[in-house]
Amino acid sequence: MSSGRDEILSNIRRSLGVSGREAPRRAAVDERLKRAAPGIVPQRGDVTGTERIALFRRYAEAVQATVALVAGAADVPLAVAAYLRDQNLPATVRMGDDPRLAAMPWQETALAVAVGPSAGGDLNAVSHAYAGVAETGTLVMVSGHANPTTLNFLPDNHVVVLDARDLVGHYEDVWARLRGVEMPRTVNWITGPSRSADIERTLLLGAHGPRRLHVVVIAGPSAPLTSA
Amino acid sequence: MVAPVTSPSFKANASQALANAQLQSVLSGMREGFAARRREAAGQLPEFEALRDSARDIKHHTLAHLDLYLERYVDTVTASGGQVHFARDAAEARAIITSLCQSLDAKTVTKGKSMIAEEIGLNDHLEQAGIVPVETDLGEYIIQLRHEMPSHIIGPALHLSAKQIEADFRRVHTDLPRDRDLSQPATLLAEARQVLRQRFLAADVGITGANFLIAETGTSVIVTNEGNGDLTQTLPKAHIVLASIEKVVPTLEDCAQLLRVLARSATGQEISVYTTFSTGPRRPDDVDGPGAYHVVLLDNGRSAMLGTSFRDVLSCIRCGACMNHCPIYESIGGHAYGWVYPGPIGAVLTPSLIGVDKAAHLPNASTFCGRCEEVCPVRIPLPKLMRHWREREFERHLTPAATRSGLAFWAFFAKRPRLYRLVTRAAMGMLAYAGRARGRFRRLPFAGGWTEYRDLPAPEGATFQARWRGERGGRA
Repeated sequence: MSSGRDEILSNIRRSLGVSGREAPRRAAVDERLKRAAPGIVPQRGDVTGTERIALFRRYAEAVQATVALVAGAADVPLAVAAYLRDQNLPATVRMGDDPRLAAMPWQETALAVAVGPSAGGDLNAVSHAYAGVAETGTLVMVSGHANPTTLNFLPDNHVVVLDARDLVGHYEDVWARLRGVEMPRTVNWITGPSRSADIERTLLLGAHGPRRLHVVVIAGPSAPLTSA
Repeated sequence: MVAPVTSPSFKANASQALANAQLQSVLSGMREGFAARRREAAGQLPEFEALRDSARDIKHHTLAHLDLYLERYVDTVTASGGQVHFARDAAEARAIITSLCQSLDAKTVTKGKSMIAEEIGLNDHLEQAGIVPVETDLGEYIIQLRHEMPSHIIGPALHLSAKQIEADFRRVHTDLPRDRDLSQPATLLAEARQVLRQRFLAADVGITGANFLIAETGTSVIVTNEGNGDLTQTLPKAHIVLASIEKVVPTLEDCAQLLRVLARSATGQEISVYTTFSTGPRRPDDVDGPGAYHVVLLDNGRSAMLGTSFRDVLSCIRCGACMNHCPIYESIGGHAYGWVYPGPIGAVLTPSLIGVDKAAHLPNASTFCGRCEEVCPVRIPLPKLMRHWREREFERHLTPAATRSGLAFWAFFAKRPRLYRLVTRAAMGMLAYAGRARGRFRRLPFAGGWTEYRDLPAPEGATFQARWRGERGGRA
């Protein structure tokens, strides 16, 4: 459809009164793309350490996610098992082949662990977050075999492991980290479980994606551990 | 041809909407809900007003360099393994999508919410080609069952009651038990989830819109609360993104600026549940995701709009705040506007897209209270643009003869200030005398349109101009 492309671009140029070859315009665009300036960044994300975890938690819980803190990666399987038990959910989970998850002692629990993407038949999934953003309690997931995108959406209950070292203040901090590598096929920002208010503006959870979203934060040995 | 238009009968549509008790009860709860939540979300972010300026500036900059950003966007999409298709008008966009679906041997396609798909009337066209389109946003699904257009750009089915939706589900989901309980919104949602889950898994192609396209990375961005857009684009063989050309923004950072004002303006959320950035098709070592990634870029009159006084309309990020704060929308709902885009944004966009001859009533459907501009996250001067349309309507002689002669009559006096003062003083005096008993008129010659719905207060003193002169004289 190159004819459509040429006609649309020349229409745009006619409307803007430009030829497309003007050096200052081209320089302005190149410069903007190269600088990738952050713009206005809310101050509330400018916190560190336990305060940052607390901010993340406050905003995640405000949109019906649940959050638990553990000291180390080795404590994650027990925390996941405890969560599923508390919610009366079956002791089965599906996850990708993320080496950080694979290194955790799942055998210490009674959980049946399946590995690979979901075809729609799974109740519970476990994923490892690429990052978390404290500003709005948002999880950042990237696609790939380590954490397949289907696990973010098909299972009823989604448990996400977030290493506090990957928790940043603002969205821009995530872009800075991603800019060094190839842009993943999919980056999912997830803030709370799925919902809809399309029927009479009644807010209901679990529209098409997960009905529950539980975040297990690996807070580090020095962090004060609190239960959800 | 685009989606069917009833905008020319706006006045009749509006009268019907005002007489529709069920619609009125739905609308009465709607505005304050949205407005209060937006107010609260904006209040919780001290930088909100600065972010609105930033969002406006990003859009202005991008539109002024749109040709160059589109070229860059095409390059980056192509580099990530995707394909971009340009469509000059609705027919071309429909043809491209249909031929893509046919080349993939598609029987069913799932669809995320897309106003552009509504604009080009995509569903009807796919059906005619033997392809079954399934809307997956809950509200869009409901109105698809009813063969209706969205009444609100972010809540397409907000004009309906749960009872009406129950009736539609019982009519269409005939393979489910007849005695099932659908009395609550929660049970309706559960049924839609169950029915649509099968559709997601069976679909051959997923079509979504895009809230933003990012030139830097070749990324398309969708924002949903349900997760339907993600299931739509992740599960099938191919993902087709349908977006208009003005959706492009330069960088990921620019996109983050716009996202900070989008959800807060739309629903009062800090951010929507799912914000998804998609770049190209499945990678070699991926275990899920679409095998092909296509972007269809629609112009449909927008490149021409760039060169007019309506360029600012192209800054719109489709949050719906203008309609959520509009006294006209609150009174008549979205369908009365007669096409895809309702509310103040529809009143300025629709005449550009389908012609002012068909949509001349829409820019007149305003009290000019200015709330739409006050809340617009990208500060589009909507009342000013509505005035521009009124001027064009008059210039093109689309205004009714009675209005034109009335305006000509008034203009005769307005151009002769001394005569104007004399005549208005005499008229005020006569009206004051005639109305002295009741203080108001229930009927008045030549003013039947006014007095049909309310009384006209009788003048009690001097004309405005006389009083103004008096006040100023007093102060000087």
